This record gives sequence, structure tokens and C-alpha cells, in this order.
Amino acid sequence: MRRFKEFLIEKIILLNGFACILFVILIFFFLAKDGLTLFKTVSPWHFLFGTLWNPLAEPPQVGILPLFLGSLIVTLGATVISVPLGMACAIFIGEIAPRWIRELLKAGVELLAAIPSIVIGFIGMTMLGPIVKNLFHLPTGLTALTGSLALAFMAIPTIVSIMEDAISSVPRSYKEGSLALGATHWQTIHRVIIPAASSGIVAAVMLGIGRVIGETMAVMMLTGNASVLPKTILEPVRTMTATIAAEMGETVRGSEHYFALFALGLVLFVITFFINLAADAALHQKQK
Amino acid sequence: MVDKIVVENLSIDYGGVRVLKDMSLSVKEHEILGVIGPANSGKTSFLRALNRLNDLDISSRLSGSIRLNGKDINREMDAEEVRKKVAMVFALPIPLPMSIFDNIAYGPRRHGVKKKKKLEEIVEQSLKAAFLWEEVKDRLSSSGMKLSGGQQQRLCIARTLAVEPEVILYDEPCSGLDPISTAKVEDAMRELKNRYTQILVTNNVKQAARVGDRVAFFLMGELVEIGEAGQLFTAPKDKRTEDYLTGRFG
Repeated sequence: MRRFKEFLIEKIILLNGFACILFVILIFFFLAKDGLTLFKTVSPWHFLFGTLWNPLAEPPQVGILPLFLGSLIVTLGATVISVPLGMACAIFIGEIAPRWIRELLKAGVELLAAIPSIVIGFIGMTMLGPIVKNLFHLPTGLTALTGSLALAFMAIPTIVSIMEDAISSVPRSYKEGSLALGATHWQTIHRVIIPAASSGIVAAVMLGIGRVIGETMAVMMLTGNASVLPKTILEPVRTMTATIAAEMGETVRGSEHYFALFALGLVLFVITFFINLAADAALHQKQK
Repeated sequence: MVDKIVVENLSIDYGGVRVLKDMSLSVKEHEILGVIGPANSGKTSFLRALNRLNDLDISSRLSGSIRLNGKDINREMDAEEVRKKVAMVFALPIPLPMSIFDNIAYGPRRHGVKKKKKLEEIVEQSLKAAFLWEEVKDRLSSSGMKLSGGQQQRLCIARTLAVEPEVILYDEPCSGLDPISTAKVEDAMRELKNRYTQILVTNNVKQAARVGDRVAFFLMGELVEIGEAGQLFTAPKDKRTEDYLTGRFG
């Protein structure tokens, strides 16, 4: 009887493990099936490099270049803002801060991760938008920059917690070895600790980017949603995620528009997949 | 001989526990002072106080004074300055995660040496002084972590020499090494006597006898006895020293 119970539990756990993978595969196939249907009527070239997104026109225009560039510019902006900030924060927490400040900061960073993106979205809309508008004398405060700023806040917790892990797992002996040779604390951080933690730092940046590129709600509220080719970071843009979220509800099932949104989702999936893969590779490199 | 380091009434607490009690001793220039004693006798804490690595532990408290060349290292010198002059070789040889060349050039670079020529010179001299040059001269660009244990320890000694310290502290430098590597490290120490003051903390009493000019015996945070190696090992003044040396405890 006990044997049977043991057997049963083992199999159930096994089943659950496989189920997770199965769901991912099913989602991918579902996405691929509907997404690839689009290419029966539209060439991949026009889809990927077309500069016009107007799926309700006749005939529908489904070039995703403006959306892709919108995502890219918002993500780049968020990365440029969040990486230095997150890195400095991680170094401070991991290396410099006394214990009580460290605990306080860690709790604060985790709290930042707990803020729902919609909340960041409306705070950005009411506070950040007007600031950006007045600062740069723009007709609207809802621009790529506004989105980048808000997304930076959402990426920082991921970046800080993973980087801090990497920095604190650098062996103490490296630090002491360096200090014992008369190097200063900063020289030790700069020349020994950061290089030794580099793979974790790269992974943290990658996962931060992954988080930003998939984010939808805040960018939809903050970037102005204009599907035009962006020229500067101070213009309204529209990201891939926001497009899907905004248009999925009003499309006719089985139409070209519908398939185009799935294809867009597929592109997004492929991008995040490779970013996660890169982060994973960076992390594993460390273990060797 | 001149006193290089003078320790007066040194006491150290770690989080309220006293690990070193009211210790006074001096280290003479160009001698090798062996420090022996059982575990938890305060040997390592003593060593770490001498180059201010204790500073890294926020729970440590220190009273009394340590003077290097007459200057109080805690009140009249920067930690970096102290550590440049009083360098430490650790129990476990841990090269930094970089090439052999960069490991040795690390210290000089941090102290402002930039010219490639000069660095190459320092690296060669340091490796020669640590008896490692012949073994690694053809692979200076390979990782320092790929060397054997004994080679790693000599690499760590070489990187210490590269910053041109005045005093070298060894914290059980041979605890993880085989007898042949140990002999090589000891040879290096004897060779370095002309130029450096050295303090060797060791669990190996015989090693202290082999390389020490004078030997200090620590027990539970106290300095029990310090004297010429020959005298301390053959005719210890204190009963506790004799008990330890004859293996009655520790």
C-alpha cells in the first residue's frame, strides 16, 4: 500500500512537470498556427519591414516596422536609464551599505517589484507625462521617453536583485586578496568584484530587458499609441505589446488583422525567447 | 636589530568576545617571527590586525596600539597605506580570477604603475623571488587559477612581493600543501629574509622551528612566551609552552 502511494505521488509530480512544458509548447504551436496563416496573404517581407500599420484600411496594411521600432526605442530608453541606476544600487547594497540600510533597501526594491503596472501607468500619466511635456515643450507628454522612464522603474527590481546576488556571491577571498595588496575599496569593486560577477550582471541586464519588452499596460497608457515611424524619443510611439492589447478586442476572428496580431505575438515570443536564452547562457557560463 | 613593529597592549573583541588579550610584543627588522598555538588562540586575529583587515569586520573592536616604523597604523596611517607596506599571504592560496601576469601586476597597477615595460620587469622579478618564474614563464597569460596548489601559493607570494611591502604576513601558508611544495615555500621565505620582515602564523610547530628566528606561543588570546627559536623549542620558560610542544594538548 505504501509502495503504491509512493508510486502514485512520484507519477503525479512527473505529470505536473511535463504539463508545464506541454503548455509552453501548446501555446507556441497555437501562436505559430494562427500567426503563420498571415503569410498566405501577406509576404513576410512586407510584414516585417512594411512601414505602415493600418489593418483596418482596404486593403489592410500590416507592416510592423513602426511597432517594432516603437518597442525598440522604448526598451532601449528604459535600459539606458535602468541599468546604470540598478547597477549602482546593486553595488551599494552588496558591497557598501551597512547591514540595516542593506535590509531596508532590499525590502524597498522588492516593494517596487510589487507595484502593479497599471498603477505605474496612471502615476506616469498624471505625474510623469506633464513633467516631460513641460520640460521639453512638447504638444503631448505621452512619448517614448515617458514610457521608458516608467518601464525603467519596473526593470530596476529585477536588475538589482539578480545583480546583487551575483555581487554577493563573489568569494570573500577575492575581495580580501585585493585589499591585502593595498587596493582601495573602489579599486577592488571595479577591478575584481565586477569582473568576477560579470556573467550575473549580464544576465540581470538581459532579464531586465526581457521584462521591459513584454510589458504592456504601462506603455499603452504612457507612450501615446501612434503607430508611426519614431524619429526621436520625444514622440509618441506604439509598441508591439500595446498594439495587440488595444486591437485584439475589436478584430474579427479569422480576418487578416486577426492573423497579423498573432504574427506580431509570435515575433514578440521569439524576441523574448532569445533574450531569456542569452540570459540563461550568461548565468550558466558562471557555473563552469 | 631595529624594531619594525611594536605592539602594545593590543586587545581585540569580535562581537563582544575577546579574542586577543592585552598583548605586547615587538618584531625586529628582517627577522622571521613564527607564531604558533592551538586553534582559537588568536593567531589569525593578530595577523589581520597588523594590516588592518580586521576593519572589514564591523563587529570587531580594537584597543591598544600597533606601530609600524614608529607610526600608529590605526591612527596615523590609511588602511591602504598600511596594507601596501604590510602585505598578507592567506591560508588558502586564492589567485584573483585573471591571468598570472595580471595577478602580479594587479597591486603595482593599483598603486599607479602603468608602463608595460616596468610591469613586465616587476612580474619577472616577483616570480623569480617566489621561485615560480621557471615554471610559468612560458604561460604568463593563462589563468592563475589553473596552477597547482603549491604554484598558486607561490603566485600569491609573488603578487604580494610585487607591491614591494616591508612586512609580509603569512597565515598558515602551507596548510593545504604537500611536503615538497611546502619546502619550496619555506625556501622562498628564507630567501626573502634579506629584504623583508616576515611573520609566519602556522599550525605546524616544526615549520616554525625550521624557518623562524624567533617564535611566539599564543594560547587563548594570550601571549604565553616569545623567544629565540632554539631556546623556545629546547628550553621553554613556561609550563604551558612545554605542554603544547610535547603534545599534551592542542
